[in-house]
Amino acid sequence: MAKSIDISDLDIYYGDFLAVQGVNMTVKARSVTAFIGPSGCGKSTVLRSLNRMHEVIPGARVEGKVVVGGQSLYDEGVDPVAVRRQIGMVFQRPNPFPTMSIYENVLAGNRLNAKRMKKDEADSIVERSLKGANLWEEVKDRLGKPGMGLSGGQQQRLCIARAIAVEPQILLMDEPCSALDPISTSAIEDLIHELKDDYTIVIVTHNMQQAARVSEETAFFNLKATGEPGHLVEFNSTSQMFTNPDEEATEAYISGRFG
Amino acid sequence: MSTTDAPAARPTVDDGFGQVTGRGDSVFRGLATASGYIIMLALAGVAIFLVLEGWPAIQATGEQAYGKDNIVLFVWPLVFGTLLAAVLSLLMAVPLAIGGALVISHYAPRPLAKTLGYLVDLLAAVPSVVYGLWGIGFLAPAILPSYQWLQDKLGWLPFFEGPALSGRTILTASIVLAIMVLPIVTAICREVFAQTPTMHQEAALALGATRWEMIRMTVFPYSRSGVVSAVMLGLGRALGETMAVAMVLSATGIVTFNLISTQNPSTIAANIALNFGNASGLKINVLIFSGLVLFVATFAVNFLGRWIARRGQVKG
Amino acid sequence: MTTPTINRPSGGDRASLPLTTPQLPPIAPALSAGLAVGVAVLAGLLLSWSVVGMAVLAWLLAMVFLPTWSLLLEGRRKAVDRLVTALVWSTFALAMLPLLSLIWQVVAKGAPALSVEFFTYSMRNVIGEGGGIYHAIVGTFLITGLATLISVPIGVLAAIYLVEYSSEGKVAKAVTFLVDVMTGIPSIVAGLFAFALFVLIFGPGIRMGFGGSIALSVLMIPIVVRATEEMLKLVPDELREASYALGVPKWRTIVKVVLPTALSGIVTGITLAIARVAGETAPLLIIAGSATSLNWNPFSERMATLPVFIFSSITEQGRYPEAQTERAWGAALVLIIIVMALNLIARLIGRVFAPKTGR
Repeated sequence: MAKSIDISDLDIYYGDFLAVQGVNMTVKARSVTAFIGPSGCGKSTVLRSLNRMHEVIPGARVEGKVVVGGQSLYDEGVDPVAVRRQIGMVFQRPNPFPTMSIYENVLAGNRLNAKRMKKDEADSIVERSLKGANLWEEVKDRLGKPGMGLSGGQQQRLCIARAIAVEPQILLMDEPCSALDPISTSAIEDLIHELKDDYTIVIVTHNMQQAARVSEETAFFNLKATGEPGHLVEFNSTSQMFTNPDEEATEAYISGRFG
Repeated sequence: MSTTDAPAARPTVDDGFGQVTGRGDSVFRGLATASGYIIMLALAGVAIFLVLEGWPAIQATGEQAYGKDNIVLFVWPLVFGTLLAAVLSLLMAVPLAIGGALVISHYAPRPLAKTLGYLVDLLAAVPSVVYGLWGIGFLAPAILPSYQWLQDKLGWLPFFEGPALSGRTILTASIVLAIMVLPIVTAICREVFAQTPTMHQEAALALGATRWEMIRMTVFPYSRSGVVSAVMLGLGRALGETMAVAMVLSATGIVTFNLISTQNPSTIAANIALNFGNASGLKINVLIFSGLVLFVATFAVNFLGRWIARRGQVKG
Repeated sequence: MTTPTINRPSGGDRASLPLTTPQLPPIAPALSAGLAVGVAVLAGLLLSWSVVGMAVLAWLLAMVFLPTWSLLLEGRRKAVDRLVTALVWSTFALAMLPLLSLIWQVVAKGAPALSVEFFTYSMRNVIGEGGGIYHAIVGTFLITGLATLISVPIGVLAAIYLVEYSSEGKVAKAVTFLVDVMTGIPSIVAGLFAFALFVLIFGPGIRMGFGGSIALSVLMIPIVVRATEEMLKLVPDELREASYALGVPKWRTIVKVVLPTALSGIVTGITLAIARVAGETAPLLIIAGSATSLNWNPFSERMATLPVFIFSSITEQGRYPEAQTERAWGAALVLIIIVMALNLIARLIGRVFAPKTGR
């Protein structure tokens, strides 16, 4: 079932470069947590460390702990492939597989584990996932068409459908709306509202209004100075964050004085 | 490139400097344009002069056509040998090239990958005549026991009938050819593999794909046309490669699929290299005619390869 | 079909799957390889196989051990991944074997041939032992040098036409495409072309060094065009615009701004092209022929070159095959050193003189 994430004393390095320092926070299960902050403050890096996707970049490593449902992600013997299987991710730019149909895109993750799937089983996964991503009505008549033929917003929802088709515990979203128009953005935001009943959602966003609209809790990341590592300034409920933040820096950022 | 077009459309720039710079511009422009046309002319020239000097060979018979009744009977076994050697070499080189390219693009850690890339370039830098020397001086004798083993164990297959008495067979020549086409195929494959968009690779990894699954889901579909064009260009290289075959192969010019016997097909290029020095009269025309056939074949293969690559680029 | 331990029926309840899956220890690949080698050597000794047989067996066993172990412990997907990883690395190793063997052979067999005499004598009146490659070295430098003189201006100018003047018109597209296709012309065809051309001009049976330069140019021009084109495209348009804004005419902009910026890359490309054609054999065999004496005049008579020298030493062994073969290896070593040195120089130029644009 949807799980919480406990992050303690998390440092993230790229080679010798310390990118993010000393993050401590607890992400609640079945809620939406937003990461905000100026560019380069490490919020995406932290997000990627939650399903070990940062390891894709050579030399990236982590010190500290990330515990998901009682299991530390960085313990010896933990398989990054298994981690990613259970902690889904949606990226900044919609990235459906260009050579696959809509149908096959949704099933891409499931196909990895079950080579042969019964037709009706596959059909039901596709329907359930596309419905879950609010895309079913729009594409049910053209499931065999390439996923790249959809609009940007539809593609992003297809990617969400693909992520939830494998039934992950947690969904990580890395600025999922930054490449989309306002109407598609609002469709995705509605979707996030529905998804949080079943999933723990962490979303990185540049857009503070978006954070205010979709999240229960918000984490504000910042750099102490240029060249210094990023760090967590404040982690609080979204309502308090946007009305009466504890930290002055948060207030300054939210009111638009910098960033 | 739109910005570079702009100056061409505003010759008024040198108004203040009078005619001199305007003339400088047109002279320089003329030189550059002429060079572009020279290249097209050169390519046309290759075709034209080969046709001019190859044409008389149509009438060649008997002694003049190296003992064959006509030019077709002369060229056909050579075409067969050329294709056989090229196809064999690609069968060996392409899997190795794809594997090697994957090592450099996806498997080796970054700094190591660079060094490995240099090694492949080094393989490409070795002159073909040195490969030939290595083939005849080292590989042929060294590989003979394997041929004898093949003949013993697999002699019932027509390919390995033997008799395996010499290492200088069409198979050895194909192995050397394979080594020679390996770098070009590897280099192109590595390039297209590396161009697979990161976002697609990350999408696969984020779904919990292993490295190989990620490669199968994203890298291979994305680079299909690139790999095909790499194979075509490798084929072009293998068809036209001369020295390695000329030196390694002990050719008798027959048509056979027996790969390890003492009787071997020859290739067009090797046949020209071996006989041109002693040829005179119509024999030269005959050899040039076979060269024309080779030119047309390689041109077609390269054309197709580049065309596939272009089309793939537009689509990707 | 074995059922992997982590595999669950999909679409079931979203119970959490274990994150820790059984994993092979990090030394597993080395262990499997070691075991495979051990078994293969043992079997090989018992059955008195050759070293090659043992190596093949060891490789096969390693390809079986590791994936099987992984299959039992980690499941099908991991096993496939490990098998492919092992295969992919094997292909690379296999591809490198010939390179190592070749360099080893050339150095081992070529080094004994090297001597002062080898570099300072031609093969004139030499029968059997002795003689040298002075004439061939001279020929290679003359013919390659002339080819460079022809190819570089045409190639660089054509690239300038393509990048700076053509504004991607139809002709330019055709030229770019044909240049690509031209890189695939077999070298022997280039030699036949030069021969056919010269026969029409000078009459039958013509041989001269300059013909070799023409043939090599056909091979070299496309390489130079390609390299130059790539480099010119890298020059940022801002630089050109800055120059135009100062009222500098286009051709002076190209000569004074664009070319110097791209120079190191262009020189690197040209050097690599020289290295490429310096080792060409087939066209020179056709049109320059082979000779035993020194010839300084590329416009008359046959001219020896290193590659052709190697070829004819092997194919025309006469009564002294050992001496011929030894000289061939010696010449191969010299040729490889020249070509590798050119490659090295090209890389150094590329690295040291690269414009520091800070990009």
